[in-house]
Amino acid sequence: MKNPENLKYSKSHEWFKELTETSGQVGLTFFAQEELGDIVYLTLPEEGDEVAQGDVVCDIESVKAVSDIHSPVSGTITKVNEALLDSPELVNEAPFDTWLFEIEEITAKDDLLNAEEYTKFVEEEA
Amino acid sequence: MDKKTALYDTHINLKAKMVPFGGFSMPIEYQDSGVLKEHLAVRNEAGIFDVSHMGEFFIEGEGAVATLQKIFTNDFSKMKNGGIRYTLMCNEKGGIIEDLLVYKYSDQKFMLVVNAANHDKDFNWIQEHLLSNTTLTDRSEEIGLLAVQGPRTKEIFEKICRAEELPEKYYTFKENVEIAGVKADISRTGYTGEFGYEVYCRTEDLLTIFEKIMAAGEPLGLLPSGLGARDTLRLEAGMPLYGHEMNEDITPVEVDLGFAVKLAKEDFIGKDAIAAAQNSEKVRVGLEVVGRGIVREEAELLLADEKVGFTTSGTFSPSMKKGIAMAFVDRDKSEIGTVFDVKIRNRVLQAKIVTMPFNFKNQ
Repeated sequence: MKNPENLKYSKSHEWFKELTETSGQVGLTFFAQEELGDIVYLTLPEEGDEVAQGDVVCDIESVKAVSDIHSPVSGTITKVNEALLDSPELVNEAPFDTWLFEIEEITAKDDLLNAEEYTKFVEEEA
Repeated sequence: MDKKTALYDTHINLKAKMVPFGGFSMPIEYQDSGVLKEHLAVRNEAGIFDVSHMGEFFIEGEGAVATLQKIFTNDFSKMKNGGIRYTLMCNEKGGIIEDLLVYKYSDQKFMLVVNAANHDKDFNWIQEHLLSNTTLTDRSEEIGLLAVQGPRTKEIFEKICRAEELPEKYYTFKENVEIAGVKADISRTGYTGEFGYEVYCRTEDLLTIFEKIMAAGEPLGLLPSGLGARDTLRLEAGMPLYGHEMNEDITPVEVDLGFAVKLAKEDFIGKDAIAAAQNSEKVRVGLEVVGRGIVREEAELLLADEKVGFTTSGTFSPSMKKGIAMAFVDRDKSEIGTVFDVKIRNRVLQAKIVTMPFNFKNQ
C-alpha cells in the first residue's frame, strides 16, 4: 500500500495528519500494522495528557507482539478514538483511515518525514 | 543460512512471512489470511501446515525395541505395527532432552519424529546409547511432512484417497497410502486439538501432494497456515512445546506429562531421578487472563507480592478471544481458580488458573 502524500511520518512508524497549523491526528502506518500482524488489543492515552515528540503514549498488541506507540509531535491530547478499544482490527483493515488520537496546541512537529522519505526509510529497514 | 523445505517457493508465492525456526526458514503466517484467520480455519474448517522441518530418524534391527525401552520413558513392548506413541527422552537427572513421536513399522523398524531445533543433539544422544544389533539412520532430508488439521480434514482426504486406506484411530498410521499419484505414510496425529492427518512423503513429492490437498480443500475452506497459528492452536489444546515448557532441567513430573512415563517398566535413562521427584516443587498449569491483555512467556506470577511462578508460553487465544498462558507455579499454589498478579510492562494484569485443554470448543 502506498504511503499517502498528505501525511507526515515518524521513524517509529506513526503517521501524522495536520488538521490546522497547531492540531492533527495520529495513526499507525501500513508498514507498522503489517509487521505486527493481527492486532487484538490497544491502549490509548488520556485526554488532557501533555506529550513531547517521541514520548511513548500507549501501546498496541498483536497475537505476535506488543509495540509502543510514540507521539510524533509535542502537544496536548484532546481526543482519543475509543471505538478502537473494541475494534482494534480497524488498524489492520484501514491503517491510514484509522486515527488513534488527536493532538492540539502543537509546539513541535519538526523532523517528520514526507511520504517519499518514509517509503525510502521503510525499504532500507526491511 | 537457514535451510529451506521443498515448499519454500510455494510459501513465497503464497505471500508467507518467513521466519527462522529450528534452523529452517518457515512461514509464520500468510499475508492474505494472518494468524487469526488461519487459527479459526483449523478450528472450523481445516488448515494445512508445512512441518517438513521436523526430523525423522529410523531405529532398526534386532535391538530396536530394547533400545527404545532404554532411551525413552514410555513403554514400547506391547505396541502394534501401525501404532504411534508420544514419549519423552530424559537425561540421568530426569531432565527432558526431547519430546517425540515413535511410529512402529515392525518389531525391527521404528520412526522417531523429533523437533528441528533438537535434531543434532537428539541424534548424538540416541547414537551414543544404541544397543547392539541396532542402527540409527537420519532420513530428515529425504522426508517431507504436511499436517492437515481441522473438522473437514477427513472430507478433504476422502476426495483424494481411498477411505479404507486412511488411518482410523487416533495415534495410528497407514503405510504407502496412494495420494496424488504417489505414496505416503499417513497418521492420525497433530498438534492442534482437532481431527487431523499428518502426511510423511518423499521430499520430491511434497509439492505434488500439497497442491492436490489444496485443490481438494480450498472449496471447503482449507487455508495454508503458519507457525503462528500452530502455536496458538497447541496452546489452546494445552500441549507443551519443547524449549518453553520443557528443557533439560525440567522433569516430566513438573510439566505434568506423567502419562508418557512408565515407571513400571524395566530400567530406562532417568527412571530413578523421575521416581524420586514425584512431588516436584513446581507444576505446569494453564492460565487465563482476567479482562483485556496478553501475558507472554517469562512473566512473573505474584501472590500477595510474593513470586510463586513464571510463564513459559503466552498468547491471545483466537477461539476464546482472551489471553491464555502456560506457567510453572508452586505446587501448593496450583489449585484451579487461583488468581495471580502479573506485571506486564507498566501495568498489572490478573491471570487465573483454569483446566487444560483450554475451553476453546464451546465459543
